[in-house]
Amino acid sequence: MLLDLWTIVLVSMGVVFFLAGTVGLLRFPDALSRLHALTKADNLGLGLVVIGLLPRLTGIADGAKMIFVWLLVMLSGACLAQLVAHLIRQSGDFKP
Amino acid sequence: MTAWLDSAALILLIGLAAWVVLGRNTFAAVAGFIAYGMLLGLVWVELQGIDVAMTEAAIGGGLTGALMIGAARRLKSAAPVAPATAGTLVIAIGVGAAMAAILAACVLALPNPAPSLASLVAGNIAATGVQNPITAVLLAFRSMDTLLEAVVLLLALIAVWSLAPDAEWPGRIGVPQTANPNGILAYIARVLPPIGLVIGFYIFWAGADQPGGKFQAATILAAMWLLIISAGLGKTPPVSSRWLRAGLIAGPIGFILVGAYGVASTGAFLGLPAAYAKPLIVTIEIALLPTLTLILALLIPPPLRKRAEA
Amino acid sequence: MTEFLLGSACAILVVVAVGLVRLLRGPGEADRMMAVQLLGTGSTAVMLIFGAVIRQPAVIDVALIVALLSAFAGLAFVRGISPNSGGGDE
Repeated sequence: MLLDLWTIVLVSMGVVFFLAGTVGLLRFPDALSRLHALTKADNLGLGLVVIGLLPRLTGIADGAKMIFVWLLVMLSGACLAQLVAHLIRQSGDFKP
Repeated sequence: MTAWLDSAALILLIGLAAWVVLGRNTFAAVAGFIAYGMLLGLVWVELQGIDVAMTEAAIGGGLTGALMIGAARRLKSAAPVAPATAGTLVIAIGVGAAMAAILAACVLALPNPAPSLASLVAGNIAATGVQNPITAVLLAFRSMDTLLEAVVLLLALIAVWSLAPDAEWPGRIGVPQTANPNGILAYIARVLPPIGLVIGFYIFWAGADQPGGKFQAATILAAMWLLIISAGLGKTPPVSSRWLRAGLIAGPIGFILVGAYGVASTGAFLGLPAAYAKPLIVTIEIALLPTLTLILALLIPPPLRKRAEA
Repeated sequence: MTEFLLGSACAILVVVAVGLVRLLRGPGEADRMMAVQLLGTGSTAVMLIFGAVIRQPAVIDVALIVALLSAFAGLAFVRGISPNSGGGDE
């Protein structure tokens, strides 16, 4: 019962972060701010969903793999964000 | 609730497909195609076709995406083509509509319930020693198809090679890439491949008993190799390289040798004696892994080709 | 519980789908890429939730492949748009 509550609260928070990421991606005025909003959904949205789902899994190995998926997305997301930011600066869509 | 999820995914899928076909900006269409591949993987998960989902996620979203990006780059610097005339458009629409109608007619003409060998597979899977029915079908019940598929992939690579200009033969495939060795691309190209290697071999090994297998694993390994090449940390081998050619034929040769052993032991080509079925299936998979990895990677030229020439 | 999980999966899918407006409108290539990346992360989350609903642990392996290969596609995309990126001055 308590574990169900855990899942409900954390997965809901994950959904909220995905929503925040999308709203930011659509509404923020310049590309760098939009990139910043996107990383929230990538890191926190997926992370909260993963942590929320952990009690639903049967084995420790599955849980570890799921956390690993999140870590992998964070690693590649962080590197990709750097490259995209570089791209934005090159393309001139950047006003300091 | 499942119906909602399915319909949302379906509508999104059709919308993205329309965008890929109708989009005017090539790179935007490619971005849509990558998104389409990821979404198709999700739909296969919803259909509980986990093996297909893995293949779609690896091939559709990842490798084909990289291939299309390379194509888009080349198109960007190519001379613009003349706009389509009304006649061409009418023919294109007519052929497309006729094709759709034929496909629809074929689907509607399928017998209901569809003929299925699933119960036969389920009844005989124990004899193969593997627990993943997909692997059992691909490498035991219908292994001839899989052998021919591997040969077709090899022929495709030879076809691509034969398009190379004479002057460049026997050169390296694609153009050497460069990137700042201290840049973030070089960083991720150093960090990600070891992780990808572990995941690839895990998927390969898991393929005997759960979804996974050589094809998905080969795609992952090929993608990691391409990442290293695109960051300038490694080079593509020259086409004359002995180890490259040996790797390319290792899979089909290993497969055929196992088939020949089948002639000796069971009297049928590719027949697997029940006592050794699993080790033989694993042998075929191990032989095919390097071949598929090399073919999949080398079919996709590095995306920097044109710029390096300029 | 199943209903809640499927509902959240549906919500995430719809939300990231709305984000695809950036894919249509751009304006820059970077914006299109960001929309695709959001869809990639979102569909990974939806997959994991769905895997928990149908109790099929192999779905996590699919998510693993999606995470790895979408990173590869993203890097290839950046390289494709701008060959100088990754050279970087940082």
